[in-house]
Amino acid sequence: MAETTPILEMRGIGKRFPGVTALDGVDFRLHPGEVHALMGENGAGKSTLIKILTGVYDIDDGAIELDGEPVLFSGPQQAQHAGVSTVYQEINLCPNLSVAENIYIGREPRRFGMISFRAMRAKAAELLGSLGIDIDPGSVLAGHSIAVQQMVAIARAVDISARVLILDEPTSSLDAGEVAQLFRVIRDLREQGLAIVFVTHFLDQVYEISDRITVLRNGRLVGEFRTAELSQRDLVEKMIGKELSALESIEEQAKPQLRDPSPLLVAEGVGRTGAIAPFSLTIHAGEVVGLAGLLGSGRSELARLLFGADKADSGELRVDGRPVTMRGPRSAMERDIAYLSENRRTEGLIEELTVRENIILALQANRGWARPVPRRQQDELVAKYVEALRIRPADPQTVVRNLSGGNQQKVLLARWLITEPRLLILDEPTRGIDVGAKADIQRLVVSLAGDGLAVLFISAELEEVLRLSHTIVVLRDRAVVAQVENTDAVDANSIMNTIATGVTA
Amino acid sequence: MTGVLKHRLFWPSAALIVLLLGNLIFTPHFFSIEIRNGQLYGSLIDILRLSAPLILVALGMTLVIATGGIDLSVGSVMAVAGALACLIVVDNPGLSGVLLACVAAVTLALVLGLWNGFLVSVVGLQPIIATLILMVAGRGLAQLITEGQIITVNSPPYRFIGAGYLLTFPFAVIIAAVVVAFTALLTRRTALGMLVESVGGNPRASRLSGIHSRRLIWGVYAFTGVAAGIAGLMATANVSSADGNAVGSLIELNAILAVVIGGTSLAGGRFSIAGTVIGALLIQALDTTIYTTGVPAQTTQLFKAVVVIVICLIQSPAFRRKVLRTVPA
Repeated sequence: MAETTPILEMRGIGKRFPGVTALDGVDFRLHPGEVHALMGENGAGKSTLIKILTGVYDIDDGAIELDGEPVLFSGPQQAQHAGVSTVYQEINLCPNLSVAENIYIGREPRRFGMISFRAMRAKAAELLGSLGIDIDPGSVLAGHSIAVQQMVAIARAVDISARVLILDEPTSSLDAGEVAQLFRVIRDLREQGLAIVFVTHFLDQVYEISDRITVLRNGRLVGEFRTAELSQRDLVEKMIGKELSALESIEEQAKPQLRDPSPLLVAEGVGRTGAIAPFSLTIHAGEVVGLAGLLGSGRSELARLLFGADKADSGELRVDGRPVTMRGPRSAMERDIAYLSENRRTEGLIEELTVRENIILALQANRGWARPVPRRQQDELVAKYVEALRIRPADPQTVVRNLSGGNQQKVLLARWLITEPRLLILDEPTRGIDVGAKADIQRLVVSLAGDGLAVLFISAELEEVLRLSHTIVVLRDRAVVAQVENTDAVDANSIMNTIATGVTA
Repeated sequence: MTGVLKHRLFWPSAALIVLLLGNLIFTPHFFSIEIRNGQLYGSLIDILRLSAPLILVALGMTLVIATGGIDLSVGSVMAVAGALACLIVVDNPGLSGVLLACVAAVTLALVLGLWNGFLVSVVGLQPIIATLILMVAGRGLAQLITEGQIITVNSPPYRFIGAGYLLTFPFAVIIAAVVVAFTALLTRRTALGMLVESVGGNPRASRLSGIHSRRLIWGVYAFTGVAAGIAGLMATANVSSADGNAVGSLIELNAILAVVIGGTSLAGGRFSIAGTVIGALLIQALDTTIYTTGVPAQTTQLFKAVVVIVICLIQSPAFRRKVLRTVPA
């Protein structure tokens, strides 16, 4: 591909939120007629960058040039007018309206001041035809598959004079056939000279469609690469990063070598269609099993099946050697399994309740409403964990909404620890929290395992998984692709290879 | 002082006190309470007595709203319970007949509450639709029981429930106080209150914490049914008759209003029983004020609406901030 002048250039972009630097000196450029993949793990700054580009956020540092002109959008609408359109993962259309209405909503063709539905349908048919989408413009949007709805959203964006089209995880809920359909449309648009930003977590798709890749990590630019010149393995390494950075201060702790011969939990062929392919897994008491894989590789989906948060549709689960049917979280809790969700706010905290109430919740749910935990015992338990986990502020009557992310995470950890579980599932327990809290949680995992607790540890940070786990389970594209004993021979390189290729090194 | 201002019951209490004080201008003897024939007399006592059914209904509504739901059928449940009770009492005006009527009516109200709870928690209907069914059908059921007539009863023991006095206190107030105390103990001395707030505050997180939200929500609707049933007994006893159309008419809206004024969010989560009681008293005080100050009958609803809007605005922190910004301090 010939080097053209970029249509869009972002230089030295910086964005700070209270307490965090979301972006720091990031450059991003986009040429017409290319598909440019924006890659990075969660929290790398991809969505912040896109939100800055489309005017959702102001910038603190740096400049944006569109077609050589400096621009600063005050909102998505203005960005769209200038030719920068975004199609989000959750489709922002009205499912109850027709396809044509969705495309022309807000700018309907009129005749004598009235909307001309006939003209609207004709124009929509023409537009859809030019993109090779063969659907009736008069049909109701909700009747179509997500992929088609996605394409209607793209058609709408393109029709509103798009020169830059941003696709934010458009494929995350599509099956293989639908992805192919969508990619055909994307290729057509590329031929027409559109500049397309493609955000996804699926490595294969990046290599299938993109010409260029920009990688972000922790709010910083790692680099811009031509897709053809960057191997999958190198990409994974650049996304995850090798350096321990701020976590180097944590002392290396020896992993306890204790192994209980009888397995605590055994999963055989457990799976759920559309979520994760059937997998087998064994967890012993005192063992830390780490799940490694990129975001969207099925890590959380696996954990949710073990906890009964979602129902498995195949395979068998055994706890203490006895088969178990998980009817819901309660089935798992009765067998001393605890699950800390990765979605702290939507699936963990009851934000308007106090620290004390949030900590006591799971224990209380287990006892039923009629047997309240006596207030004195509550205060003792809460005080013990506030102290042990260094929850700040140390006042149990604080409303939990007012705590920092790290402290909120500790509150949720405390909620599960007081139920005295035998298997603790931690889904991204260290994500989005400050370094101090991160170190606290890592130390806790080591000491809990030393006390005989089994831990299933999920993290996007490979170093963390490597440091803590006895066994590492590698996932890729919603399937378990490898299980390796974490010996000295195993290092970040070999795991990254497995993630990138799906083959054990 | 700022601590008092920040207390969540400050604004509802202040509004109630201002409203009561305002009455002094029109009725100089508004605050005087005297004992006649061993019974307490006075405007304040009237407000207490008349607000008893609303307090009961609003109490149930508080818990329902705390779970993130709503119950529109409370007025109809009152009418059904009142109608059944009067039907029984009309043939057995004695004490035993009245007791039988009370048990039967409250049991029926419980069944209706269970029905609502079933639709919401098991079938999974939206609460507003689920309870709308009984709101409409309940009126029909009440008419069926009374055969379309207004049943008038002549039973001193039955009348006592709504209009009697025990140890100088209105009996209805005593019933309401007992139910309030019972509910407060039930929710705050057990874990029920916290679990209800948890389910209303974040249903997904509650499920993952192992809370049986289905049973909890079911129980809350059943409780609301019982509370409405008792309120129906009071309302019909007070006038010694059951009118399937009039009993508890539109009380669901007053109850929702009382809950909201009391500081419980319609979105679910944190609830305040004391706040609801204050809210119910406020609404009844407002009604009484309108009658005593001689606001023309045609404009009472409008007047009430204006006062309610003002109270709600004053309570809104966002509104207060806005006003404080424009008025330089």
